[in-house]
Amino acid sequence: MELEAAKLIGAGLAAIGVIGAGIGVGNVWASYYDAIARNPSAKDDIGANIWIGFAVTEAIALYALIIALIVLFAF
Amino acid sequence: MAEGSAAEHGGGGGLNLHPLEQFEITPLIPIHLGELNISYTNSSLWMTIAVAIIIALMTLPTRGRALVPGRMQSVAEILYETTANMLRESAGRDGRQYFPFVFALFSFLLVGNLQGMIPGSFTFTSHIVVTFGLALVVWVGTTAIGFIRHGVGFLSFFVPSGAPVWSAPLLVMIELISYLSRPVSLALRLFANMLVGHTLLKTIGGFVFVLGIAGVVPLAATVAITALEFLVAVLQAYVFAILSCIYLSDALHLH
Repeated sequence: MELEAAKLIGAGLAAIGVIGAGIGVGNVWASYYDAIARNPSAKDDIGANIWIGFAVTEAIALYALIIALIVLFAF
Repeated sequence: MAEGSAAEHGGGGGLNLHPLEQFEITPLIPIHLGELNISYTNSSLWMTIAVAIIIALMTLPTRGRALVPGRMQSVAEILYETTANMLRESAGRDGRQYFPFVFALFSFLLVGNLQGMIPGSFTFTSHIVVTFGLALVVWVGTTAIGFIRHGVGFLSFFVPSGAPVWSAPLLVMIELISYLSRPVSLALRLFANMLVGHTLLKTIGGFVFVLGIAGVVPLAATVAITALEFLVAVLQAYVFAILSCIYLSDALHLH
């Protein structure tokens, strides 16, 4: 196989990891709206923490993208 | 003819630019100390600018010490309040003496991330050597604080309370690995967010010229992603700082 083609396929495969983070981030926000629908007065308490949860989950997607970028550009 | 016009379009603009070229470090003032290369680079330049901005923001508008703050004084006060709240909520009163460090860390990262949104600037937080250096300072610092405060008792941090005794060896290993991976994940999160965000902007920006009139679609996407990047810049600085506070709280209170 051509090296260039293998690189592109590899980068595509590495980006599959984003699926998991997509589900995760969806879960974070789904739980958030679930929680404030049940107990609207808790909105301020959850408010700051939800961003931490979001950022930590989203970072997983970026790890996958980093691998994809390394495969594409670093080799 | 089509080829000729394509070559004209492709020749200029940002098309031939590599998406990762924006992260290149170029020495501005080359300094070599024996084997060491301690050149003053564009990364150092933007760090110097960041520190200058923070010092200017913190000293100049607050010089008047107005009871009713003006605009810039409000910005300085909000930054201070945010950091103070973050530290108070996660580390409690014991954490107060570490406020200067957390504040310096947060404002440095915040200004560094936001500087990266200026077109043509350099984002020093997009280099793992910078973020890992900062994360290592946090990690070594909090570990040292833990040992100084609790002595050998700090090791009890790795033994979860309430778990059956027979599971202790396994749990200690897991806790130890998760503790050791803290600086790596802390550094990688900020670095990956900055690197990927800016690469994404550049890549999608590259589509604008290629697609001709249909280029308005990637152009709109670029605008939306730019807005997202501002959010991410603030958020990641906040997350880095608050996780540092949580690690500090672990060292001070052992869970």
